[in-house]
Amino acid sequence: MSYVAIADRDHEVEHHDPQTFITKYIWSQDHKVIAVQYGMTAIFVGVIALILSAMMRLQLGFPDSFSFITPESYYQFITMHGMIMVIYLLTALFLGGFGNYLIPLMCGSRDMVFPYLNMLSYWVYLLSVIILLISFFVPGGSTGAGWTLYPPQAIMQGTPGVDWGILLMLLSLAVFIVAFTMGGLNYVTTVLQARCKGMTLMRMPLSVWGIFMATVLGLLAFPALLVSAIMMLLDQNLATSFFMPAISSMGADPGYTGGSPILFQHLFWFFGHPEVYIVALPAFGIVSDLLSTHARKNIFGYRMMVWAIIAIGGLSFVVWAHHMYVSGMHPYFGFFFATTTLIIAVPTAIKVYNWVLTLWEGHIHLRVPMLFAIGFIFTFIHGGLTGLFLGNVTIDLPLSDTYFVVAHFHMVMGVSPILVVFGAIYHWWPKISGRMYSETLGKWHFWMTFLGTYAIYLPMHYLGFQGVPRRYFAMGNTEFLPASAQDLNAWITMSALFVAASQILFFANIIWSLTRGPKADPNPWGATSLEWQTPDTPPKHGNWGHDLPECHRWAYDYSVPGYADDFIPQNVPPDEAPAGRQHDVDEH
Amino acid sequence: MEFILVVLAVMLAILLGWLLKQSFNTQPWVAEVVEEGAHRAPMNANAKVIALAALLAVITSFFALIMSAYALRMDLGDWAPLTEPQLLWINSGVLVLASITFQWTRNAAMRGDASKLRPGMIVTGVLTTAFLIGQFVAWRQLNASGEYITSNPANAFFFFLTGAHAVHILGGMYVWARATIRLFTGRGAQTVRQSIELCTVYWHFLLLVWIVMFGLLLST
Amino acid sequence: MPFAVVLILLVVGSILFHIFSPWTFTPLASNWSMVDFTVDITLWVTGIVFVSVNLFMAYCVIRFRHKKGEASKAKYEPENKRLESWLTGWTALGVAAMLTPGLFVWAKFVDVPEEAREIEAVGQQWHWTYRYPGEDGKFGEVDAERISADNPLGIDPEDPHGQDDVIVLSPEAHIPINQPVKFLLRSKDVLHNFTVAQFRVKMDLVPGMTTYMWLEPTVAGRYEVLCEELCGVAHYTMRGAVVVEDDASFRAWLAEQPTFAETQNRVAGNAALGAAQYAICSTCHGQQGEGMQALNAPKLSGLSGWYLRRQLLAYQNGLRGAHEDDVYGAQMVGMANMLADDAAISNVIAYIQSLPDEPAPTTIDGDIDNGARLYATSCRYCHGEDGMGNQATNAPRAAGMSDWYMARQLQNFRDGVRGSHLEDYYGMQMGFMGRMLRTDEAINDIVAYMNTLQPVVADQLTAGTTGNNE
Repeated sequence: MSYVAIADRDHEVEHHDPQTFITKYIWSQDHKVIAVQYGMTAIFVGVIALILSAMMRLQLGFPDSFSFITPESYYQFITMHGMIMVIYLLTALFLGGFGNYLIPLMCGSRDMVFPYLNMLSYWVYLLSVIILLISFFVPGGSTGAGWTLYPPQAIMQGTPGVDWGILLMLLSLAVFIVAFTMGGLNYVTTVLQARCKGMTLMRMPLSVWGIFMATVLGLLAFPALLVSAIMMLLDQNLATSFFMPAISSMGADPGYTGGSPILFQHLFWFFGHPEVYIVALPAFGIVSDLLSTHARKNIFGYRMMVWAIIAIGGLSFVVWAHHMYVSGMHPYFGFFFATTTLIIAVPTAIKVYNWVLTLWEGHIHLRVPMLFAIGFIFTFIHGGLTGLFLGNVTIDLPLSDTYFVVAHFHMVMGVSPILVVFGAIYHWWPKISGRMYSETLGKWHFWMTFLGTYAIYLPMHYLGFQGVPRRYFAMGNTEFLPASAQDLNAWITMSALFVAASQILFFANIIWSLTRGPKADPNPWGATSLEWQTPDTPPKHGNWGHDLPECHRWAYDYSVPGYADDFIPQNVPPDEAPAGRQHDVDEH
Repeated sequence: MEFILVVLAVMLAILLGWLLKQSFNTQPWVAEVVEEGAHRAPMNANAKVIALAALLAVITSFFALIMSAYALRMDLGDWAPLTEPQLLWINSGVLVLASITFQWTRNAAMRGDASKLRPGMIVTGVLTTAFLIGQFVAWRQLNASGEYITSNPANAFFFFLTGAHAVHILGGMYVWARATIRLFTGRGAQTVRQSIELCTVYWHFLLLVWIVMFGLLLST
Repeated sequence: MPFAVVLILLVVGSILFHIFSPWTFTPLASNWSMVDFTVDITLWVTGIVFVSVNLFMAYCVIRFRHKKGEASKAKYEPENKRLESWLTGWTALGVAAMLTPGLFVWAKFVDVPEEAREIEAVGQQWHWTYRYPGEDGKFGEVDAERISADNPLGIDPEDPHGQDDVIVLSPEAHIPINQPVKFLLRSKDVLHNFTVAQFRVKMDLVPGMTTYMWLEPTVAGRYEVLCEELCGVAHYTMRGAVVVEDDASFRAWLAEQPTFAETQNRVAGNAALGAAQYAICSTCHGQQGEGMQALNAPKLSGLSGWYLRRQLLAYQNGLRGAHEDDVYGAQMVGMANMLADDAAISNVIAYIQSLPDEPAPTTIDGDIDNGARLYATSCRYCHGEDGMGNQATNAPRAAGMSDWYMARQLQNFRDGVRGSHLEDYYGMQMGFMGRMLRTDEAINDIVAYMNTLQPVVADQLTAGTTGNNE
């Protein structure tokens, strides 16, 4: 370990910029390049998962119409769709992508404290993605056990991919966890150690707070997934009985004795529930910054927001079994976990109130990132409130394992974070690329995504009320369902295809921007946080040129009375009048 | 799962306690000059120390989870306690010795007493290797007496726990080997000192993990 | 402005959708009205929050949006402790209002009434079976290792409590109305979940342990049981039914079901007696049970006893051959009805199983590669890689049987001619499979592939060691 944290050697002004294309863009140790690598890889697998979801929606909307969708492939689609979206897209994008890009810039440091480890983290992540993609092509195909990979079914016959598919899936997860741990140690250490002078914890933008807390959760929770993956691999390959009870599988005795499938579920959800917040907390943080910047108003109740992030993070470790109310675990756990789960609603609600109150008496610029941010609040309120149904143990009885669950977690963990992802990309794109994008295309993209996803998921809740179970390849002739339920399914599929297709606008916008986009102002939104104050746009290697910035205020000095400008960057000293540029970008 | 919850609660409480000591009660919107060093990490530790602390937290979580699973699995009917080989007592002694010699080496490094570093590192490495070999022999003894990983869940956990512990020691040995090579080639004296310091903490930590694990294995 | 309007429209639209949605809870058929009550409370509380917060947000967007050329600034207000505590307090109150009834109802759900009748529901890939305690009111011990074709529930034959246990090897259970029922849930292989939407409660089946749930049915009728925990490729076909009826009908039904002792002591069929009965069958199915395509009669020799029995009973009970388009099935109904009782069925089956099992001639050509692909994606899970069928999955043999007949049956399953009777649970499963084969070419491909599967141990089958013991 021959490298020393860059922030520890401020005196070394000479930064050796990487010279060749390869060291600059491939084997790069620059956090910004690694962030883009993470982001591109995550979005690439995300597109694969999106295509998989389109295929499964085709089957659900128009059953028995597509010969290439068999029950086998359908269950493989849902499994890989879920796993990719949760782990390889959202976790990697928020922490590996935004975490990498934003932490050093927002904290005012030159890079992550361990750049080499950071680079390694990306390449190991890429390896996990490759292993995952290989599993599509091995004999038997990828696993079709559902993204929760519950044993015994994940490794017993009757499920696709019980030989190679599940093996590669577990292996890929283990490799991913290694990659995440490398990255996570970096993010935590950088936040704790490498902040610039004056950047106290309570002056950090909420994006950093959200990413930091999510990383802490990830570091402590991912080991649970690793432990369960190793134990399942042992059960599968060495015939141990950690999770495998004595069973009779299709008339044959596979030779297991005494294990407990519920043990796996405990371990899985001990990881799985914090995982929800690993995705949600960065989204919470980022959306706070988007709202504040574009409403030209400080985030309302900053301290409460920080406390809420910490409280949600801590509580997220004691709610896991609300995924298991009807799993057959001891029913008395239901009382405890229903209570903790509904308690977590309180800090979450406070965050929502504070976002909305940030808009109150603000000066709202409805630019593309702001549209996505407000769209997020709407979908998150919806998804959060339906969570109160499922978290309440009694209501979970009729609704668990139905489309209500699917609709709920897609609303809260699919649509909401993805709206933030797009909002964040549009927000920081000028800084990342140095170019502006098309506002018109961006708005079209927002409207089609936002309205389209609501058209998918609002009706889906009602299929759940009706009792339509999730993970059904086809409903067939089910008496208690009216024929119109199938029409609703067809409508949902049409909406889903519409949303999937409309993502082309996003990529078109990116391409347009990179080829023809006008050069971006260094601080086009008039934002206060440090990443907008870099000497170069996009920031060069080392971020800050000769001197590290000094931080003199929090990140939310918008519309401070007595100043001409409606924002004061964090690096402006208290006694200095803010630079005179009257900020006003008209866009309507 | 109580065990992991207690462990996590302690770790989160430490983090929270430290965060509280930071500027939590300030009014962040007041722009004022903050004292020098307020942006620095706790206890003036440098980045590597913080990273090591975080890594140890991750490993703690990992082992605590296995032990929680152990406790849950133990309550199911088919658990037949395993009689641990007596060799494990000797192995434990060897691991304790390795920690002691590492500490001795570290103290020498802190004092700047370069002459003791090479023998100290070598002895530590030999002891640690002996521990790993001893663990492997213990596995072989179990297999020879008909105790395989599949024989019983207690066996499965025994092999899993000891194996996971050995892998973590191997990871430590990698850093130890780099430091030792540097020590003998004479490059990077400063970083060697820090490597020794951090490795010592890691060794003590894995000793602690071993003691807790061994106690759990013996008592069940 | 348009943005705020859309937000308002979405809120109003969501309310209207909720009010006018034809998709809502199925009518309740159990005592768990408290579950619906808790749902209603939660709907009101969350609904109010949804509407008020979103409308407030829309108002903010209208009122405080930036207008071109306007120079006004936002208000500077870092925090407002009073407002924040006030909101926190009200939120906590709303949460408590939702949680309290939830915990109360859960306490009732956890606590099973003493007098509840115990019924065991057993799940396996991909079927339901049931067990009722006999006269002694106690279940016999079970053990996964005892599970076999003869003892599909794995009951301990040494346990006296088990002898009078009533075995229902069908996905349909009956329960008496207005009496509390405790379902004991047990799985043979993987996780399953026992759900009846109209009862509102559900619980997972976990192999290696017994879980439970209880309810009191309040409305007579037939309710579908769905497996709601992913249990493999045919998860979605794992259906069953619970029939709620008055006590007298329930007792009559229960009395018809065999006890464990009876299933263990079934008299083996007498092939010699069966030969006489087979004489009439042989006019169409052939002397050796080899089948005659010209008479639309498939090969019978080599079929398992349990499958022959189920089909004969299906014809007798109107589950098969009743569809107006099932011309040949209708012919069989009359023939099957000539077998007067259970013994007659056993005898004729015993005779059929003594017939030599020669592979049927192949009459259908198709794309074998495509057929192999189709077979591998679905059929093989139940019918086996070798197409020899598997009693444990209730799948009959396909290899070496009459191909033209199998093609016709696949068409019938696809078109709903066979398997559409509500109580034909196995036919229903094949209906799902058949509907994936949209063209006759696909069916021919599959059948052509099955022709390539040569029966492995035809001798053993005719020797009568497998499935011959009924």
